[in-house]
Amino acid sequence: MTTGINIHTGSAMPLNQANVDTDQIIPKQFLTAVTRSGYGKHLFHDWRYLDQHEQVPNPDFVLNKAQYQGASILLTRENFGCGSSREHAPWSLDDYGFKVLIATSFADIFYGNCINNQLLPVQLTNEQMDQLFAIVEQNADAQITVDLQEQSVKVNDLSFGFDIAQQHKTNLLKGLDAIGQTLELGDKITAFENNLPEWQRA
Amino acid sequence: MATTLYDKIWQAHIVEAKKTAETGEEGLMYIDRHLIHEVTSPQAFAGLDDKNRKVRCPQRTFATMDHSISTRSLALDACGPTNKLQLQTLAENCEKHGIELFPVGHQKQGIVHVMGPELGLIQPGMTVVCGDSHTATHGAFGALAFGIGTSQVEHVFATQTLKQSKAKSMKVQVNGSLPIGITAKDIILAIIGKIGHAGATGHVIEYCGEAISGLSMEERMTVCNMSIEAGAKAGLIAPDQTTFDYLQGREYAPKGDHWQQAIDYWSTLVSDANASFDTVVELKAADITPQVTWGTNPGQVIGVNQAVPSPGDFTDPIDKDSANKALSYMDLTPGQKLSDLSVNNVFIGSCTNGRIEDMRAAAAIAKHGKVAQGVTAIVVPGSVSVKAQAEAEHLDKIFIEAGFEWRLPGCSMCLGMNDDILTQGDRCASTSNRNFEGRQGRGARTHLVSPAMAAAAALAGHFADVRDYQ
Repeated sequence: MTTGINIHTGSAMPLNQANVDTDQIIPKQFLTAVTRSGYGKHLFHDWRYLDQHEQVPNPDFVLNKAQYQGASILLTRENFGCGSSREHAPWSLDDYGFKVLIATSFADIFYGNCINNQLLPVQLTNEQMDQLFAIVEQNADAQITVDLQEQSVKVNDLSFGFDIAQQHKTNLLKGLDAIGQTLELGDKITAFENNLPEWQRA
Repeated sequence: MATTLYDKIWQAHIVEAKKTAETGEEGLMYIDRHLIHEVTSPQAFAGLDDKNRKVRCPQRTFATMDHSISTRSLALDACGPTNKLQLQTLAENCEKHGIELFPVGHQKQGIVHVMGPELGLIQPGMTVVCGDSHTATHGAFGALAFGIGTSQVEHVFATQTLKQSKAKSMKVQVNGSLPIGITAKDIILAIIGKIGHAGATGHVIEYCGEAISGLSMEERMTVCNMSIEAGAKAGLIAPDQTTFDYLQGREYAPKGDHWQQAIDYWSTLVSDANASFDTVVELKAADITPQVTWGTNPGQVIGVNQAVPSPGDFTDPIDKDSANKALSYMDLTPGQKLSDLSVNNVFIGSCTNGRIEDMRAAAAIAKHGKVAQGVTAIVVPGSVSVKAQAEAEHLDKIFIEAGFEWRLPGCSMCLGMNDDILTQGDRCASTSNRNFEGRQGRGARTHLVSPAMAAAAALAGHFADVRDYQ
């Protein structure tokens, strides 16, 4: 696992839509690969390209607009990442170059998948999102600073706080190997197994 | 203190508990059953191998091939070399780590959420995970079952545990008995329509009430399966005699003395009468009509005789915007009647509706006529076992006679990871679980319905009220 996230500053891409599901983030035809990398070019495939072979970009889709190239923060709306459990969704966002996602809310499985991939999901209120969208739609170069340690999002003279569970924050800050940590509790897991009634043992 | 069914299962599986004022209860949860398939496991196995880690409990882990396989051929390369590589990778990984695999052609192969229950692998009070969001299906047994990402699949492989935060609880009570012609699919679509596509985010749902306890196990699986479509972490139904009767004698269910010990424990798995829930939702079964989704998420649903809504019907600006986008993608006009809407594809199958009772319900309608001209209708049983049972009952003959195609088991057109995909502008009556844009093929339009409604649409060539056949 990579080293942790602390402070990230970058420009943002405004995807002003609610309920963006994982089939939109990365459609099924790209899920047959057996690796974790190389999904960025297929991110938002159906919206991003006018053809199946990814040769003709859709000029109306925000990802293809010149002013938003190089953005590392994605702004979106409620229930982002709903649908399937495919971890290919955060893999594709990460591979494209996003480091932080800011939305009104996230679907549960997707949120956990982001944490496990060092992609920071930040939840703000609808009103706060309205303000961020207004800024970024007016000035694509606006620099947004997301500070995980102090749990804040800052742009121009605005500053918003956000909540995140302590265990998620620690994992993101330190870039911890979650499996390695749990393996240290091996004795406790064995004790739990030994305590199961015989019929529940594998 | 009075506790819910969810509290009880949580409590019985916490290896190490943590409680913080800020985030509530957290803990390391023991996982009793881990189901895997070809799509979400290869990177997890690769992660294990990178660090020279082993699968801690291969005997608690079962694998099947379902997503990337053909429904016309048993050949692994029938859908191309990439699919073949993924299927072979699963076989190699299972072999290497000592995990039992039910590959294509095996008697026990099937969609992971059909195969698990029919073998008795899923039992009340278990914690069940799979790298697949429809793992919620198994909550029908009173098991805490939820979908996980590939990093978590790797975590379960290595440790047989997962770090978890306690979710909120939601009670969804469906009162009264179900009207004739109304199915489990209509119940769950009506629930999602009421609470919304993200209405249960952060919650574990417990379904209860007369209309729920009257359901068969297969119907309960249909209800729990789509819990994720309301955003829920999991859906639960308390185990009862229906559950025990279903499990008794199944291959992996407890036997002999263990059976009675299991029943004794399983009988304790109910929410206490005065247990409190964070959210309570009630529906009247009598109000539920055959449901059809009109939009691009499962919460955008109406009764078959209702008119397609207008964006103006929604007060929330986000719902209004979603309705606008959905109407445009689905090529619908506000006020339109669903019975005027032609379909050119019908899909009967999936982990939601690919079980024997679903096959029977669809066949009972199919025998009334012929698939309408211009409609392609496919029936895909959920497992080899479902297929064999359906054929023993000659349901395959009814389907074929009526003009449906009778296929081999798999996930098929629910998500189209094989060649069962629709093309631009196709309109499909589908018994699957997601009507997202492009889900069944780029530019294709999906309407979610019950198996009987799908069969009725196939015969009519447009949506039709299945109650007219009764």
